[in-house]
Amino acid sequence: MRGPVVLARIGYQPNWPDVFSAGFMRSAMIGGVLVALAAGLLGYFVIVRQHAFAAHALAHIGFPGATGAILIGVPVTLGLAVFCVGGALAISLLGKRLAEREIATGTVLALATGLGVLFNSMTTRNANSVTNVLFGNLLAISTQQLWTFGLFTVGLAVVLAVVSRPLVFASVNPEVAEARGVPVRFLGAVFMVALALVITMAVQVVGTLLLFGLVVTPAAAALAITARPAMVAVLSTVFGVVCVLVGLLLAAMFNLPPSFVIVTLSFLIWLAAIIVWRDRQGGEVPTSIA
Amino acid sequence: MAEHEGHEHPNPGVDPGAPAVIELRGASVARGSRTIWEHGDIAIPRGSLVVVIGPNGSGKTTLLQVVLGLLPVSEGSIAVLGDSPRRGDPRIGYVPQNYTAAIGSAVRARDLVGLGLTGTRWGLGRVGAEDRDRIDSTLDAVGALPFAERRMSTLSGGQQQRVAIAQALVGRPEVLLLDEPLANLDMRNQNEVVELLETIRSDGDMTVMVVAHDLNPLLSVLTGAVYLLDGHPHYAAIDEVVDEDLLTHLYGTRVRVVHTPQGDMFTRSGR
Repeated sequence: MRGPVVLARIGYQPNWPDVFSAGFMRSAMIGGVLVALAAGLLGYFVIVRQHAFAAHALAHIGFPGATGAILIGVPVTLGLAVFCVGGALAISLLGKRLAEREIATGTVLALATGLGVLFNSMTTRNANSVTNVLFGNLLAISTQQLWTFGLFTVGLAVVLAVVSRPLVFASVNPEVAEARGVPVRFLGAVFMVALALVITMAVQVVGTLLLFGLVVTPAAAALAITARPAMVAVLSTVFGVVCVLVGLLLAAMFNLPPSFVIVTLSFLIWLAAIIVWRDRQGGEVPTSIA
Repeated sequence: MAEHEGHEHPNPGVDPGAPAVIELRGASVARGSRTIWEHGDIAIPRGSLVVVIGPNGSGKTTLLQVVLGLLPVSEGSIAVLGDSPRRGDPRIGYVPQNYTAAIGSAVRARDLVGLGLTGTRWGLGRVGAEDRDRIDSTLDAVGALPFAERRMSTLSGGQQQRVAIAQALVGRPEVLLLDEPLANLDMRNQNEVVELLETIRSDGDMTVMVVAHDLNPLLSVLTGAVYLLDGHPHYAAIDEVVDEDLLTHLYGTRVRVVHTPQGDMFTRSGR
């Protein structure tokens, strides 16, 4: 009997227009779109700088920040931000080359996860909050969180507007950029802090465990289609926004967890992109795309 | 190599009285407490095509880093184009070793060359028509226009090296530094890159300095060589450097200089 009951629970919800137009859904849409914009802008750099594992790890490094914040009663966003930025700076200081960075990232990650276990054992209440950190809960986004997200996203856009060209140079050609006077180390630190703040937001939307699907996957799909940095930013932002909005709509229609639908859509877009464009990867990209 | 000119015209187009573009006076370089090389006195005239040779670990790449202003001299002095070297000098173009190893599929040849021009600019200012023309003409000059829209990862080693050279040239430098540009290239691509370097030198009033572990592909176009012998950099015209005793001492293994009936010359190691 259990099977049909489960199916009935996730079945089509005739009242979805009411759910979709509710206030919490509007907050979810605004929050999700803000995060998709921020992640889309930064995703190109995450991949070109080979920081995909660092992005994944930073989300987990944020976990004790969130549980610690719950423990001492400060906003989860603050705890996440402190741990993500601290972890990002530790990774960029400890690991300069890729091989070193993988080790430094994993080691910092293990330490942070250990702290998460400790904090979690010290708090008896709010088991639900821990689940929210791990899997995200877009439907519980507060107005205060929206303002924070808005601030982070605008800040990121402004910073990227200033540093984007030198940051692309430092990311694809660090040695040449260094010789040409680009502050490669400084830009690396700027990138890591920006990544930490994007992850602080994204953890609250899709959760620690599903973060990759919103921060890295849309940019990976965009990069399969085009290698122009500006086009990658546009496409990955569009992909992220589509995933969030369509994800929320389907979640309301079928009573599914939004995180699940969002990362599933992200996966499908990525799969389609690499299947359709893989053969063309080396091919000439028509200049008319510009 | 038969189609190359022999060494009878060792300094084509180089005026020996031309002012030095790179000048070391009693220069020493250290990394931490370790001295890499010392007492370097060299003066490279404008319009030279110079190779930097020496055994592994003798400080060839270090010399490029000193010229680029990335590493200071610990003693003595160095002048590049009349000034102390400073990082970010747009008059110096640079192609590092293993340039393309780290570049994956995420960047097109044209965008990479464009970064040589716009990658040091802050803000969002648009790339103007003048810049785009410059990028096009530079891609054309190195023969990279036909594959300019392709991703770097899909290009052959020779094509990638042309793009790397275009990126270094697009800012119109006066000095071009290349670190092992012929490594990992087959003989045809080596020859094509060598001919390109000679064209760049002779057409553009450019001084070209190439780090290489093998002299042979470059012999027909070189005007001089910096050789790092026993921890000291020296400079000499190429005829004086292609000398069995000098090369044997330099590399610590028997090197012979062979002259072919066609008038070409090459070096070989072993008996």
